[in-house]
Amino acid sequence: MKRNLITTLLISGLLVGSLTSCKKKLILTPNYEVTSEQVYSSPATIKEALAKVYGSFALTGNEGPAGSPDIDGIDEGTSDFFRLFWYAEELPTDEAVIAWGDPGVPDFHNMNWSSSNVNLLGLYDRSLYQITLVNEFLIQTTDAELAKNGITGNDLTNVHYYRAEARFLRAYQYWVLMDLFATPPFVTDATPVGSITPPQTTRLALFNYVESELKAIDPLLVAPQKNEYGRADEAADWALLARLYLNAQVYTGTPASGSGAGTLGASRFTDAITYATKVINAGYSLNSSYDNLFLADNNTNGAQNENIFVIDYDGNNTQGYGGTTFMTHAAVGGSMPSSSYGISGGWAGIRTTSSITSLFPTPPTQNTTNFPDNNNVDTRAEFWYDGQSTTISSITSFTDGIAVNKWRDVTSTGAQGTNPSFSDVDEPLFRLPEMYLIYAESVIRGGTGGDLGTALTYINKLRDRAYNGSTTGEITQTQLTQSFILDERARELYWEGFRRTDLIRYGEFTSASYLWPFKGGAKNGTGVDNHYNIYPIPDQDRAANPNLKQNPGY
Amino acid sequence: MKKTYLIKYVFLLFFALSAATAFAQTSTISGKVVDEANQPLPGATVSVKGTQKSTGTDANGNFRLTGVSNGTVTIQITFVGYQLNEKTVTVSGNVTVNFGMVPNSKDLNEVVVIGYGTQKKKDLTGSITNVTEKDFNQGVVTSPEQLIQGKVAGLNISTNSGAPGAPITMTIRGGASVNGSNAPLIVIDGTPLSNDGISGVENPLDMINPNDIASFTILKDASAAAIYGNRASNGVIIITTKKGQAGAPKINFSTQVSLATLPKQAPVLSPSQFRDYVNANGDSTDRALLGNANTNWQDEIYQRAYSTNDNLSISGTAGHLPYRVSVGYDNQNGVLKTTYLQRYTTGINLSPSFFTDHLKINLSFLGTQVKQRFANEGGVISDAVDFNPTLPVYSGNSAFGGYTELLDPSAADGLKALAPLNPVGMLYENDNRSTVYRAISSLNMDYKFHFFPDLHAYVNFSYDGSNGQGFDIIPGTAASSYPGTPDAAGVTQTGSSSKYKTVVGNSLFEGNFNYNHDFTAIKSTVTALIGYSSQVFSTTAYNYLSYFSNGEPYPASVVALAQYPYSTNQYDLTSVYGRLNYAYDDKYLLQASLRSDVSTKFAPGIRTGNFPSVAAGWVISREDFLKGNTVLTNLKLRLEYGVTGNQDGIQDYDYLSDYSLSNSAAKYQFGNSFYQGYRPGGLYPGRTWEQTATANAGLDFGFLNDKISGTLDVYSRKTSNLLFPIPQAAGANFTNVITGNVGNMQDRGVELNLTGKAIDSKDITWTIGLNGTLNRNKITNLAAIPGANESIIPTGGISGGTGNNAQVLEVGLAKGTFYLYQQVYGTNGKPLDGVFVDQNGDGQINNQDLVAEHNSEPQEYFGLNSEFRYKQWNIGFSARAELGNYVYNNVASATGIERNIINPLGILNNGSTDVLTSGLTGNGSLDLLSDYYLQNASFFRMDDAHLGYNFGKVFKHTGDLKISGDVQNVFIITDYKGVDPEIPTNGAVGGIDNNFYPRPRTFVVGLNLSL
Repeated sequence: MKRNLITTLLISGLLVGSLTSCKKKLILTPNYEVTSEQVYSSPATIKEALAKVYGSFALTGNEGPAGSPDIDGIDEGTSDFFRLFWYAEELPTDEAVIAWGDPGVPDFHNMNWSSSNVNLLGLYDRSLYQITLVNEFLIQTTDAELAKNGITGNDLTNVHYYRAEARFLRAYQYWVLMDLFATPPFVTDATPVGSITPPQTTRLALFNYVESELKAIDPLLVAPQKNEYGRADEAADWALLARLYLNAQVYTGTPASGSGAGTLGASRFTDAITYATKVINAGYSLNSSYDNLFLADNNTNGAQNENIFVIDYDGNNTQGYGGTTFMTHAAVGGSMPSSSYGISGGWAGIRTTSSITSLFPTPPTQNTTNFPDNNNVDTRAEFWYDGQSTTISSITSFTDGIAVNKWRDVTSTGAQGTNPSFSDVDEPLFRLPEMYLIYAESVIRGGTGGDLGTALTYINKLRDRAYNGSTTGEITQTQLTQSFILDERARELYWEGFRRTDLIRYGEFTSASYLWPFKGGAKNGTGVDNHYNIYPIPDQDRAANPNLKQNPGY
Repeated sequence: MKKTYLIKYVFLLFFALSAATAFAQTSTISGKVVDEANQPLPGATVSVKGTQKSTGTDANGNFRLTGVSNGTVTIQITFVGYQLNEKTVTVSGNVTVNFGMVPNSKDLNEVVVIGYGTQKKKDLTGSITNVTEKDFNQGVVTSPEQLIQGKVAGLNISTNSGAPGAPITMTIRGGASVNGSNAPLIVIDGTPLSNDGISGVENPLDMINPNDIASFTILKDASAAAIYGNRASNGVIIITTKKGQAGAPKINFSTQVSLATLPKQAPVLSPSQFRDYVNANGDSTDRALLGNANTNWQDEIYQRAYSTNDNLSISGTAGHLPYRVSVGYDNQNGVLKTTYLQRYTTGINLSPSFFTDHLKINLSFLGTQVKQRFANEGGVISDAVDFNPTLPVYSGNSAFGGYTELLDPSAADGLKALAPLNPVGMLYENDNRSTVYRAISSLNMDYKFHFFPDLHAYVNFSYDGSNGQGFDIIPGTAASSYPGTPDAAGVTQTGSSSKYKTVVGNSLFEGNFNYNHDFTAIKSTVTALIGYSSQVFSTTAYNYLSYFSNGEPYPASVVALAQYPYSTNQYDLTSVYGRLNYAYDDKYLLQASLRSDVSTKFAPGIRTGNFPSVAAGWVISREDFLKGNTVLTNLKLRLEYGVTGNQDGIQDYDYLSDYSLSNSAAKYQFGNSFYQGYRPGGLYPGRTWEQTATANAGLDFGFLNDKISGTLDVYSRKTSNLLFPIPQAAGANFTNVITGNVGNMQDRGVELNLTGKAIDSKDITWTIGLNGTLNRNKITNLAAIPGANESIIPTGGISGGTGNNAQVLEVGLAKGTFYLYQQVYGTNGKPLDGVFVDQNGDGQINNQDLVAEHNSEPQEYFGLNSEFRYKQWNIGFSARAELGNYVYNNVASATGIERNIINPLGILNNGSTDVLTSGLTGNGSLDLLSDYYLQNASFFRMDDAHLGYNFGKVFKHTGDLKISGDVQNVFIITDYKGVDPEIPTNGAVGGIDNNFYPRPRTFVVGLNLSL
């Protein structure tokens, strides 16, 4: 009897043991997800992987408009690349104020942001997230991997272009990090994702890296305007190089901090002229109407000939609460009729200050009949005055400050965009006028390989277009000064995400020498400490990555 | 399929049993069994010693044993909780024998259901509370947890809202997790339930008819719960359902009618207060927005709700087959208009024994259908607070279904963007209904070896399956469906009609051996258990097309359906477990257990977890120095230690870093085509279960033969590998934050349970129960990487802005700690608008000035219940108190400010009356985070008060009739200014009062008839 029992126990023990050990290795897989091997096995799915690499510019996650975020720990709508980049580049400047009190947002005007600012964390994480996607894409599409998956011929050529474009996107995001945070962590496809804790880099090393990457991929990219709409080509590469060289003194010098003045690095204006010229001669042309540049059909209404590289948005297919959906909604409030903006209703957030409106001629009308530019001789002055006061007494009141009409989700024929809740407007990251302005500024600042006469022609091209084809807005060579360029950049490029970088290059960002309403949180403006020229490394990443040291002053 | 199988089985058993029926002769013994109070004792087992002849007493305590052989026989009466009573009688012709039963000394011999077995109460070493039918909360109960609410020290039960079928939150000793689940494991008749949600039913316990439940056992400490391994960290609740009783069929019928009312509305401005406020504070544009109507929007959305509940059960023994069959119908209407729940339940239990009780079989089937209608609660309740009270409900025209809405003529859809919607319209223009079926069936067999009766073999096969489906229809005219979505042709359409369906399956095989022997020579008892269990959980959610009101499909749903028609999640759990108990002289008790779990939720190689426990008990009252002591009649000391795990909160495939495809609204354009994107998932292959080690010391005591009895427990619990969203080094992962194992947390507490029989006589009995728990929680480590900066993790999202958090997780603080700015008050005692204390004195107010203070979790909680009987009357109540818990009043902070009422969007909103006393504007960006809105939410609530009358026999000699009247949620005493201070915890977040569906006050009349 006892023996029987023992045998029974033993057998059942063995049975149990073997069943258990099976479960130790069992891989149950979901039917709604795939492995990396499956994704990189066919040309069609590789393109879908590329769509994610590009799409993380425009989207905040895998479900539009929200629901499956890429970035956690932040409201999903505020983890959008362009919206956060815009906060960082525009809100601390004379170009924009915002009514909202969401966490960390008022810090931008007040110029007292800290290393725990969630918007800065979101931007930093978004840029590095896209870099991580690029690294993974590159690791999975090496020639060896592609050969293993039988990708050959034309498909192989295409994937080679994808790889070069992915490297361009990575270089762009490292430029963003270099410009804003100066000393981010640095990872490339040289190490598999997750294998190392990324080391910190310096601004100078990053400058050299971005420059060398952009030069290395130049021959690998599709020729200008020859790629599919929305994808990067050689001209985008050159345009970023031109912008990089224009600001090279800032990026390669020692930043001002505290009471220290900082030093400028070597100037690279000659290189800026070289690459701006390459873009200018690549076949782009100014659209005849400035008012049509930021509309729902700016991929077809002529603006596409002026735009060098854009973030694609679409009201139905590419939905999120950032990008141009933010630009078309947040700028609308007060008495602004939402139907004129092609939207279901404004979010009553962002306005501009008198420092910007005063750069333009006084408009003959300030009413709704001459929408969007009030018949201003300079058609770029797309402002809404009705019900708005020029003087800002309360930043949280939308009607304090002048509203901006530049982004509208309607087509050039006045039709509404495809979806009243989400915008169709594509956001240019590079467009031809910036290259004209870089050329002119670089010539004025002593770069060689260009001349003032050509610079004047370029600037007057912008002004002729702005004055609706009339030459009355043209300037003379003596008027073409460094400070004129700064103002002209504001007139041409306001709200497009340049202002902070421009003011830093001109030494005006933190100084008390140039003040605007609510600079540094004071109604009449005040100077702030120089360390605000660079944003801090977010606390959260410093908690996760012991390699990171904080930027000076934080 | 299942049903026919069941019927066949029943027939088979009938045949098997009828063959065994004995044919004997002669006399009949009849009589009555009464309890200590001379009340009839129904359901007692009457048997003839040495034979298989037995019967049960009926509702009046009467029994009748036929066919007893003439001669001298011994009649035995057994009943749980009472001492064995034997009488020897000489049978010749019909005889009558009556029995008076004497209760056990506080049921020390009572058998208590524990994990994988039963144990005598006196032998328990763990912190276990057992509540059986006779101790259930009296009064009206519609959901199982109400039976024990407030009864058990350390177990905190609260409903998440007043909605019919609302989810409940049950936590044992405060819960062991922060971000993982804090829900205890629920085991019904040996089947551990899955915590996976079933669509269409929010509270899984709602699927069980409370009338079918015989007992609850709550395993609170690790030594008791460790036998359930990696799912036991939050404790275990074992539910046993009723079985067939011996004897003639006993029929029980109960019916209840109830009326639910709203005890309190959210305090908002009345129409006249609102007009005064706008006239005083607004300009001419604002004043122009005032209407002429006087609408109390909360009156418009809430109602008095009538409900009924009927139950019928038949229990008895057919031949040798004990059976119990029950049916129930519950029809609950919500106090929020349109919401309801209808539940049909059926329970079948068959518990035959074979081979002179060597083989016991228990077959149980619980089947439920629940039909429910939901409202968009959050939207309706918050907009009823916000909506302008000077506007009428109906606009008088046909736009937006005839409901008044806030308009913007310049908008394409005519609606003011970001404005609240008409709450009545939202209620009636949303038809969301579900139907859920659930069946829990189990077959378990317990075989006592014929030649080795000390050894039992036990097997259990069970299947818990549910199928939930429903639809949600919003008509095209509903304001909530604007501005609409473009269809495939790009034309904007409104309205929606969608379906959902989830199928959940949980199958179990369990097998174990149980050995028990009394070694009388060495005064030792040994019990050993060894077992194996395998459980497979799967959840399948189906995708369907959804449609616009014109019948065209939503383009997004076409894409989603094409991608995959359904998604299945599955995980397997395979375990071996063993337990050894040793008792010496019933005085010294030892227990050790070990469970090893393999869960496929984790990466291969790190799937196995071992969960040991040890416990010791010392029955001091059996020592010589206490023997015969008439004051202290029972005293036992327990010491316990054990380790448990928690794997809820980890998804089934989380260790795989798979790629997922974006949906149709998250595509990217290349050329003229849009491409979905493949996103790699975050990498955290080493993720594992949370692990909790608990040490517990307990004292069980009884005075004056258990006139006063109780337990006192002191515990310390340390949770490690806490599942937490950890920041990832940027650039090193495909996500910036991932749920990983980081951090430690500790809980320390004291629990006291006291029961007193104040009066215990024939005509009057009075029992009072009191329990109290004190729990202190502290997070002791949060560092993602050893040596890295400790993170401060904001949590507790609040509404009123975007991305604001009111709480913080930080080392040294308790979970749920609030993190707010300290409001400065003026000399008149009112808060100064936008003025906060500059804690660090740097001249500016920023996040460096936030103060961690107070906590959403109660520091102490108490239960009090009383049951008083005088002859046929009984009256009783149960009440609870929670102390030291704080609530952030988000209704006041988001609506009770000038900026909400005279709204910069160009509309008027109503708001909390708080604005009249505080005068705050809400214009500052930090105003939402003022600790002015943090309020002490300690409360004392009487959950139930009832009065009953027992008519006794209503027909000749039969038919026991009881009627009762009952009030639920009788009253609440609190300083909290919002609707209800008892705010449910939602994930890691508790204590944020934001448009809560109020718990109703319910008046019930009930009737119970047994035959």
